[in-house]
Amino acid sequence: MSTAAATAGERTGRAKPATMAQALGRALRDAMAADPSVHVLGEDVGTLGGVFRVTDGLAKEFGDDRCTDTPLAEAGILGAAVGMAMYGLRPVVEMQFDAFAYPAFEQLISHVAKMRNRTAGAMPLPITVRVPYGGGIGGVEHHSDSSEAYYMATPGLHVVTPATVDDAYGLLRESIASDDPVVFLEPKRLYWSKADWSPDAPAQVEPIGRAVVRRTGRSATLITYGPSLPVCLEAAEAATAEGWDLEVVDLRSLVPFDDETVAASVRRTGRAVVVHESSGFGGPGGEIAARVTERCFHHLEAPVLRVAGFDIPYPPPMQERHHLPGVDRVLDAVARLQWEADS
Amino acid sequence: MTVQELPGAAAYRPTPPPAWKPLTDPAPLLPDPEPYRVLGTDAAADADPELLLRLYAELVRGRRYNVQATALTKQGRLAVYPSSTGQEACEIAAAMVLEERDWLFPSYRDTLAAVARGLDPVEALTLLRGDRHTGYDPREHRIAPLCTPLATQLPHAVGLAHAARLKGDDVVALAMVGDGGTSEGDFHEALNFAAVWRAPVVFLVQNNGFAISVPLAKQTAAPSLAHKAVGYGMPGRLVDGNDAAAVHQVLGEAVARARRGEGPTLIEAVTYRMDAHTNADDATRYRGDAEVEAWREHDPIRLLERELTGRGLLDEEGIATVRETAERMAESLREQMNADPVLDPMDLFAHVYEERTGQLREQAEMLRGELAAEHDPPLEENGVEGRR
Ligand SMILES: Cc1ncc(C[n+]2csc(CCOP(=O)(O)OP(=O)(O)O)c2C)c(N)n1
Repeated sequence: MSTAAATAGERTGRAKPATMAQALGRALRDAMAADPSVHVLGEDVGTLGGVFRVTDGLAKEFGDDRCTDTPLAEAGILGAAVGMAMYGLRPVVEMQFDAFAYPAFEQLISHVAKMRNRTAGAMPLPITVRVPYGGGIGGVEHHSDSSEAYYMATPGLHVVTPATVDDAYGLLRESIASDDPVVFLEPKRLYWSKADWSPDAPAQVEPIGRAVVRRTGRSATLITYGPSLPVCLEAAEAATAEGWDLEVVDLRSLVPFDDETVAASVRRTGRAVVVHESSGFGGPGGEIAARVTERCFHHLEAPVLRVAGFDIPYPPPMQERHHLPGVDRVLDAVARLQWEADS
Repeated sequence: MTVQELPGAAAYRPTPPPAWKPLTDPAPLLPDPEPYRVLGTDAAADADPELLLRLYAELVRGRRYNVQATALTKQGRLAVYPSSTGQEACEIAAAMVLEERDWLFPSYRDTLAAVARGLDPVEALTLLRGDRHTGYDPREHRIAPLCTPLATQLPHAVGLAHAARLKGDDVVALAMVGDGGTSEGDFHEALNFAAVWRAPVVFLVQNNGFAISVPLAKQTAAPSLAHKAVGYGMPGRLVDGNDAAAVHQVLGEAVARARRGEGPTLIEAVTYRMDAHTNADDATRYRGDAEVEAWREHDPIRLLERELTGRGLLDEEGIATVRETAERMAESLREQMNADPVLDPMDLFAHVYEERTGQLREQAEMLRGELAAEHDPPLEENGVEGRR
């Protein structure tokens, strides 16, 4: 995998606060400037700059042909991107919201994910599908789904999700440079999170497929990604009062999955909780817990626990706080790691 | 035969194909090039004065509702409101042509159509307030849930209408969609099914110029959206969407046609979205004031008011009475919306399945525990325990 972000330049520019949305926009811009085959397409990505303003200014700078307002049809957008990629372009598709990507599932699963395989490697599809996902922004129905499990269950796709401003830039550059299709999940409730960041010289980030330890600790590992990373970091701070020294692993990439980093951490700490906001049943946590168990069985002091959203359709905004795993639920799980064999 | 053995061009004699004729004569299906108008034309003389007055009162009430709901977003009482200001004629005339037994399939912008059909103004807003996804019983009002994923309600309307006809009920389904929604695959599949089944459905496209920021020219290259009907074998009709009398007439004819068993119609109502896409949108990014101002002259309420006052059917006093009624509706809406809705968090688990799974029972217990720790007295004492 190339490391486009890593070669983006020396750190010379002054660091200023930037939001994740701005960093994503900058990544698109830099990718388009560096490679004329990179095209952005989707609903409202041109004049409006996207409903989250991630594509702001791209149509002005690169023209309508490189940043295109499409007709309103997700299957059409992704289907067209397949053809564009077949002809040598690198389309970056914006799906407006998680739940509106579903009309495009047929294209994603039957074509995007399979093209390389069915052509024996002759026709890879370098498509990046950007999907704003997850809740916590008070959106009405169909604006808060966590759809990562569907994507993870489809062989042929990379599935990545940044949780920091630096990663938003770096991972998106990586995704666009990747010759494999990438589903790039953008945690919408972190769009406005800020970090000191220099657009002129973004920090080097790890490539796709590598997890990062965001906080080191000795007594248990919180395994998480995307929107739940800040929750876990806060929980880890709070847990110090109870004498827990928690390690927090940010997966960054769900496919490929970094078994090494995760297992190394759990072997050190002997305990693990997987935290995500999508539903638990059939969700990413089950897969992750199984992988950890397979690799760390003899090191585990307790079963791997999961803290997830309830197994319900995403609730209306006035009720979402009950559904989303917060610091307290994470701390409760941590307390349950004091596991006794007969309990 | 190998490629080399293929006969040369000179030897090739094309045989004429068998006779072919189109399944349906396309000419009667084609829409007129100009949107149909009643107000301000000779056709207005035939319009029923009582209907015009009713339309007027409803339009004024609808406008007041839009203004009030938009104000509620500014006070944080509504999460979001997609205003239909400027489109009231489509919304209201559409609802008014339906009989009680008919069904309405609205999109997220069509709150007014639902209210004009008799839905309680507050119940119509629960989705947008954020307390419930759908705050009413669709079967009670024969209004499908306000639908957010675009065009996905259209095949539902076709299925319902088809089922009703199979059962021998003369029910018509009216399905509403925006101009942008016509690009979705579901739109095309719905039209095709409806035409092949001759389902009693009327498709109403409110062409309000934009899909969020994207203008119609980037949505379609067709002569008009109504022209799309022809390819499916149904009539397409173009109507001035700001002319309530015209919308009422054209929709009425299509509904009657559907009820007679003559199949679906696609109607494009040409209108304009005066406000931004929603309160969260910045419309100055994609359109200029001049365009908006030009449409202000063609405001649906103004058009109707001019007609009615011109014909002596409405005077200052009549206008004042209508406004007064609308004001009272707004007051009551404001008052009810200013009260915090009482929500039961345990409802989260109440309607996932007919019976809760073991997994959901466990999760409900967990939340109950959390809430009990938060609340004093615990929720159980408030009767929450008894719920399914
Ligand atoms: C399948 C799907 N894709 C995207 C969206 C996001 N979205 C909401 S409204 C809208 C524009 C709709 O435009 P139009 O159909 O013309 O209706 P209008 O808003 O003008 O009434 C978009 C893109 C959605 N709701 N559903």
